[in-house]
Amino acid sequence: MALVEIEGLNIAFGARRVIDGLTLRIGKGERFGLIGESGSGKSLTALAIAGLLPETAQVEGSIRFDGAPLPASERAMARLRGKRIGMVFQEPMTALNPLMRVGDQVAEAMRLTETAGAPQIEVPNLFAEVGLELAHAHRFPHQLSGGQRQRAMIAMALAGKPELMIADEPTSALDVITQRKVLDLIAEVCTRRQMTLLFISHDIKAVGALCARVAVMQAGRLVEQGKTAAVLGAPRVDYTRRLVAASRMPKRPPARPPIGTPLLSVEGVTRDYAQGGLLWWREKPLRAVDGVRFAVGKAECLAIVGPSGCGKTTLARMIVGLDTATAGQMRLGETAYRGTDLPPRRRADVSLVFQDPFGSFDPRMTVGDSIGEPLRLLGRIGAGERRARLVEAIEAVGMETAMLERYPHEFSGGQRQRLAIARALVTRPRLVVLDEPVSALDMSVRGEVLALLARLQADHDLTYVIISHDLDMIGAMADRVLVMDAGRIVEEGRPAELFAHPQHPLTRALMAARLPEVA
Amino acid sequence: MSWRHLTRHPSLTIGLAMTLVFALTGLASLVWTPYPIGDIAIARRFLAPGGPHWLGTDHLGRDLFSLVMSGTLTSFVIAALAVAIGIGIGVPMGLAAAAWGGPVEWVVLRISDLTFAFPAVIVAILITTLSGPGALNAIVAIGVFNIPVFARVARGGALSIATLDFVAAARLAGLGKAAIALKHLLPNILSLVIVQGTIQLSLGILAEAGLSYIGLGTQPPATSLGLMLRDAQSLFLIHPWLSLVPGLTIVAIVIALNLAGDGLRDALDPRLRREGLSHGAG
Repeated sequence: MALVEIEGLNIAFGARRVIDGLTLRIGKGERFGLIGESGSGKSLTALAIAGLLPETAQVEGSIRFDGAPLPASERAMARLRGKRIGMVFQEPMTALNPLMRVGDQVAEAMRLTETAGAPQIEVPNLFAEVGLELAHAHRFPHQLSGGQRQRAMIAMALAGKPELMIADEPTSALDVITQRKVLDLIAEVCTRRQMTLLFISHDIKAVGALCARVAVMQAGRLVEQGKTAAVLGAPRVDYTRRLVAASRMPKRPPARPPIGTPLLSVEGVTRDYAQGGLLWWREKPLRAVDGVRFAVGKAECLAIVGPSGCGKTTLARMIVGLDTATAGQMRLGETAYRGTDLPPRRRADVSLVFQDPFGSFDPRMTVGDSIGEPLRLLGRIGAGERRARLVEAIEAVGMETAMLERYPHEFSGGQRQRLAIARALVTRPRLVVLDEPVSALDMSVRGEVLALLARLQADHDLTYVIISHDLDMIGAMADRVLVMDAGRIVEEGRPAELFAHPQHPLTRALMAARLPEVA
Repeated sequence: MSWRHLTRHPSLTIGLAMTLVFALTGLASLVWTPYPIGDIAIARRFLAPGGPHWLGTDHLGRDLFSLVMSGTLTSFVIAALAVAIGIGIGVPMGLAAAAWGGPVEWVVLRISDLTFAFPAVIVAILITTLSGPGALNAIVAIGVFNIPVFARVARGGALSIATLDFVAAARLAGLGKAAIALKHLLPNILSLVIVQGTIQLSLGILAEAGLSYIGLGTQPPATSLGLMLRDAQSLFLIHPWLSLVPGLTIVAIVIALNLAGDGLRDALDPRLRREGLSHGAG
């Protein structure tokens, strides 16, 4: 018996067709995964089931929920949505009302869905079920961590005792440890309540760990569906094969220059952030980085891992000269510096690749102007030399020279990250700091970008410092790993040894949170 | 901006078209009016609309349509110059506040608080006391009032942009704070400033009318819409038409500018530009 039946669904915006002839059945009590890249139409499918499509969408085909077609009236649809369909979104910060305590929001969800039972009794039960303490119910969304917010979202979705829960990328904004916990929670809740789950993600591993059946979408069409083990283990369609291959990390090229003498040494660096308060009522400063000490050799690839908020990004910003250390110093070659005082000529030797490829280019500047901006660090160079450098950088990342004249919005996330790497390389730096270089990208392009980074390192003798919480990526890329927790470095080692014998509790937690390889 | 934008935002089309009509009418008064506006002929006073005088004549026998044309120009010029003062001083102040922060920001914010505390009328009275009434004083008074508005808009917009990675990338590329403000912040807040400029233009026209009405703005023999209202007020019960014409003109201009401002905001604001598909990206 199917809970959701979609027959020949077409969705178009004007002349652009975004969902094309989609036919799908989700059985009662089933955990169903929907996989696809950004723009493949998987979120729109979920919105169509929940009747939340924007008004400009032209919809054809039929969607049946529990045997009955979706009601046409918005009122009836809203009741259905609350009582029988629960939704969990990607970004819990924007999905929760910032001015309402989360407990009240859950109680409101109960009231709106006319669920039996007193909120005073049911809300604590719901909070216990999603693994939150009762004290959390009295907090506002900004006072909770990302994982706790997502749990509160799940509690809200469960408030109406729905038969179907739609989870749209519920974990992609979370760090690995939290991601794993939230995935386990969703699995547990679905089993206990015998609830149907529609799980939407571009992360094949997460879908593989959670779902019994999967469907793969590409450009608005369903290309493959079936049992998870069958589809992901032995994909029949080329596209699925590529997605599965992309979820495995590429092996590093064997031919690499040997690791040389230390290029960068970080000597007891500490960074305090002043908190609110005045004069002697001032609160104790927040220590983001606490006496960190390490060295990176020439042509080495060093990874710094740790959960969100452990200070790894602050450390990266100090190394590249965006922030100044409160105590301690860094040494780049012969130059000692504390952060922003890094002299301009030396600045050309370090560069940073940002996490978010969408915020790292000025939307009003051509890509060529943005990439060429760091060239001013080299002093006066002629127009010919400048052009030659730009061409060299953009060709190194496998893009065409003609793209220099275009604007950032014309590029996809993966392309923008390549361009960001081109900008980082344009001054021919020796040290490149990569702050979560692929975590904002689709699974399917992560592999390409990592392979590009590995090739560039071999070709140009680059030294990398990679900041990340993605152990699979680090296992594939890094020569040495530092584990960071609450501003300190707690463990260090080669990835293979560290992953085999984790010592510190945090390293163990990170290892335990790793999702299994698909099939 | 393209024709597609115009057709998709009807309020922008209507607002811009109306504004353009008024502005052109005003400009035309520079080279041609049906009658010279200084032409006083008591014998022809209080003529009804129609006939040789399209909108009739006022208490001095001047042609009302010519006065409206000329008054519209005065209002537009004064409001536009005041907006130019506001943008020219306010936007750099706001950008400086966002780029340098700390004491610079404090000073800018306190200056705007202080200016906000004095309405344009008070400033105008002050200036008039010091140097006598006139159109120039109205421009300065309204302009001073515009400065903190643009400073706040520029600072707010720039602050939200300054946290983006491309600004950090520019700092890494060795750009100073002034260069970042000029190359990265200013182009990205320009649409905000344009929208605010349109709205301030309509407020400026209202303020000019107010100042002229109380006798602090434009002085005869020049004319403005506010001055026409002032001349007509004592005759309102006998000849309401004389007040209605300039009054309705002011209303129409302000509505046109507000429509254009709202439309521009819809058309230029990137947050609203994504075509009804906010989370359909996946």
